[in-house]
Amino acid sequence: MTAHHFDFDGHHLQARASGALFWPARRWLIVADLHLGKSERIARRGGTLLPPYEAQATMQRLAEEVAATDPAGIVSLGDGFDDNAAADALPDAVLSGLHDLARGRDWLWIGGNHDPAPLSARLPGRCLPELADGLVLRHAAGTGPDVSGHYHPCLRLAGARRRCFLIGTDHLILPAFGAYTGGLCATDPVLRRLVPSGLAVACGSRALPVPLPRADARAASARPRMLRWR
Amino acid sequence: MSLPPEIADWFARQGWQPHAHQIDLLEARGDSLLIAPTGGGKTLAGFLPSLVDLRDPPGGLHTLYVSPLKALTADIARNLARPVADLGLRLRIEDRTGDTRPAQRARQRVDPPDILLTTPESLALMLSYEQAPQIFGSLRRIVLDELHALAESRRGDQLMLCLARLRQLAPGLSVTGLSATVEDPAGLARFMGGARIIHADPGPDPDIAMLATARPAPWAGGGGHYAIPEILAQVKAATTTIIFINTRAQAELFFQALWAANEENLPIGLHHGSLSREARQRVETAMAAGQLRAVVATGSLDLGIDWGAVDLVIQVGAPRNVKRLVQRIGRANHRYNAPSRARIVPANRFEVIECVAALQAVSARDLDGDPRGPGPLDVLCQHILLTACAAPFRADALFDEVRRAGPYRDLSRDDFDACLDFAATGGYALRAYDRWQRLMLRDGVWRLRDPRAARDLRMNVGTIVEAEMLKVRMRGRGGAPLGEVEEAFAASLEPGDTFLIGGQTVRYEGLREMVVEVTRQPTRQPKIAVFSGLKLATSTQLSHRVQALIGDPAGHDSLPRDTRDWLALQAGVSALPRKGVLVSESFSHQGRWHFVLYGFAGRNALQTLGLLMTRMMEMAGLGPLGFLATDYALLVWSVDPVTDPAPLLDRAGLREGLGDWLAGNAVMKRTFRTVATVAGLIHRNLPGQRKSGRQATFSSDILYDTLRRFDPGHLLLRITADEARRGLVDFDRIEDMLDSSPRLDHRMQHRVTPLAAPLMLEVGRVPIAGQGRERLAEEEAAALMVEAGLA
Repeated sequence: MTAHHFDFDGHHLQARASGALFWPARRWLIVADLHLGKSERIARRGGTLLPPYEAQATMQRLAEEVAATDPAGIVSLGDGFDDNAAADALPDAVLSGLHDLARGRDWLWIGGNHDPAPLSARLPGRCLPELADGLVLRHAAGTGPDVSGHYHPCLRLAGARRRCFLIGTDHLILPAFGAYTGGLCATDPVLRRLVPSGLAVACGSRALPVPLPRADARAASARPRMLRWR
Repeated sequence: MSLPPEIADWFARQGWQPHAHQIDLLEARGDSLLIAPTGGGKTLAGFLPSLVDLRDPPGGLHTLYVSPLKALTADIARNLARPVADLGLRLRIEDRTGDTRPAQRARQRVDPPDILLTTPESLALMLSYEQAPQIFGSLRRIVLDELHALAESRRGDQLMLCLARLRQLAPGLSVTGLSATVEDPAGLARFMGGARIIHADPGPDPDIAMLATARPAPWAGGGGHYAIPEILAQVKAATTTIIFINTRAQAELFFQALWAANEENLPIGLHHGSLSREARQRVETAMAAGQLRAVVATGSLDLGIDWGAVDLVIQVGAPRNVKRLVQRIGRANHRYNAPSRARIVPANRFEVIECVAALQAVSARDLDGDPRGPGPLDVLCQHILLTACAAPFRADALFDEVRRAGPYRDLSRDDFDACLDFAATGGYALRAYDRWQRLMLRDGVWRLRDPRAARDLRMNVGTIVEAEMLKVRMRGRGGAPLGEVEEAFAASLEPGDTFLIGGQTVRYEGLREMVVEVTRQPTRQPKIAVFSGLKLATSTQLSHRVQALIGDPAGHDSLPRDTRDWLALQAGVSALPRKGVLVSESFSHQGRWHFVLYGFAGRNALQTLGLLMTRMMEMAGLGPLGFLATDYALLVWSVDPVTDPAPLLDRAGLREGLGDWLAGNAVMKRTFRTVATVAGLIHRNLPGQRKSGRQATFSSDILYDTLRRFDPGHLLLRITADEARRGLVDFDRIEDMLDSSPRLDHRMQHRVTPLAAPLMLEVGRVPIAGQGRERLAEEEAAALMVEAGLA
């Protein structure tokens, strides 16, 4: 199963194993939290020098998704860049890769908390704070129903951690698509409040739907959050 | 220097005679290494020259004492206080560890004491401050305690780099290393950069034997519970006993079983590294006060404070390593000139043989020890970064200095430059950080680009990277801390599960702010907390002794009768493993083919061999289903039989598997996490940060996978492969096995053989994944959907 098919807010959607969301009626490919330029931003601020390959790795996976779905439009659900300066400092190779992917397609950059300002003019496509067009697309879940990212949800399945979609009634929350992104456990109280019941779809080599346990105070604090270096 | 009259008088007033080695050390010029058994007045010997010097304190820091344990620094401060007061010396003696308050640390930087007691990590930190030349410029003497323990770990490598720095800051200082008995004193002297070796009188031979028990050791398992009646009788007859157990989990179980049988309520305590500091300190204090009759302990009591009254050591489970056994026996040292008493309790039949072999090695004074390789490069990377925190440096000068550290004496300039490049630019093939380098070269001098980075780098000092641990606490306000469990274990718990910690069974209630909350639950059968660290494998020399003992029926007289009969049966039915021959067997059992290889290569190496061999069996279409590795043997079960082991043991094939397949293994990822943390690529989790629970941080596995894909030649991958080869993967011992047992002897059998029988009962079977993990995940997901009525 490369995708889990489901309905949300009256629309038919596909949660893909890669962590991207496909909307067949519009032929839109929606990805959240690419965090391009993360290693550059950390280095710039005097932090550690992470392997500078995360933009390459993320772009390769995005290119595979574009090739598989041939979308009419690509939507980045915010935090496409680790900050606005990272968008400006994007290496030429990555920038030309973005333009290649955007050729013949619409590209919408929705602003996130990391990249709130309108983005660099070097990028393809348009920038918007949010989009209400059939579905409401925004960076962080607000008044539902909406489709958002921001929280990087993940869960534990058969002993391994996987990124996951959370599909509730009011909110559809996407996993982070970027290579260097951590995750917030789906059982975290913040996420349980947003999606108190519904389905999680675990990403990986296949998309695996699992039911979310009913939210109650005890269950919300039952497991450690999986957030750290390990 | 000779013993001044007032100090000689002091000895006389105590009713003591200075030991010969104490005088030797006093008269030594230059650097020395004192090898002495526990209780030989080693530490006083180390400080004697300083006390002589400090009758007239020159001002400034005079003596630096470094120990692997924080607890030792406090203990030494107390012990030194008495002679200093008796001799009327006007000295300041202070310790400086992770527990020292910030105000005290700041003052020590401006106004250091005469004698400073510290740990390798705190020393590295102090050397990273700009004031290091002022603090250490006046240094005359350094005392390195428990050097044998430090030399076995990366902490020692870091300490030796710091020592090279100190020699630069204070030319002419002299260094004294203090060590328990080791197999290679000359090697240890080289480790500390060269020193004259002084041997103390080793004292009388220990009184050591197997503990006679009414019941023979069981066929398999590792608990040693069968011997509890005899162990309790021994505890009763002795004043104070330390009972050493090999793992924390087994210590918990043994402690529980011991108390269940302890009808007389003898006061017995439990001590291991996962207990809370408060719990450990309670036991240590009670022990020092003579209130305990016995302590059940793990390696946590291998080092440290001398408990004067200990007169018996009981080792439960095979010792794994002769040197460690000898050092443990030395803990029973209530009188320097009386023999130490120790009893050994094998946990199963194979361990009976190992215990007999170890006793033979002890009486032959044949100690073992796997020589450490050259100093690891991730430790050097950290040292370079910390050096830059203190002051700008020249590459040539630092290279020369580093080569004066024992473990780095053969460091090549290429490797040094690779480490410097990593520290400066990240060392990536894609030169992405030219603008944001961590270290900049200007006018031939390397310096931090952004001085604010020094704070982060200092927070990351140290070479030990623990598995993520979570604190365990009783539920409720002010609940008592009990200890720590690995995060991976905590993640496997559901509310209502019970587990053992600190000798009590507790019920998991939930996780609150990264603390595991539990309630008391005395009745239920508990789970065992797992600690997935490096399993101590039986040493190469001891394994060879075991193999030789099994293979030579003439020597079987030294074995207990039931063990002798067992081996005789094996010799009749199949063949005995023996020196120079790698014996293996294939037999069918319950519809599955089983293959046993008696490799005697230690559990880490045999586990790696299990992974590599089953991969080749998969390719050969034999359908491997799982394997099990012990210190002695590897057991693999499969759909089709292994009829010829030779192709599975082909060296080139094994090496190839190690290169491309094992590289993706979790073992390698765990090793990478340590290497990347020590080298400063990723930062340790600090308690405050972990609580915040942001989703910004991510797994080091991602960095490992990214590097393998985009930069396979990167320095940290090279270091990871080197470390894994020697550590968890232990491939070197697979090669040693093939070298030392070049002949194969394979037997096709009709049924389980006597030697293989205990293996069939062992726990710790590893199923072969293949496509397994994905299938497991699918099945689990599907089951959950059905359960929820969604499928």
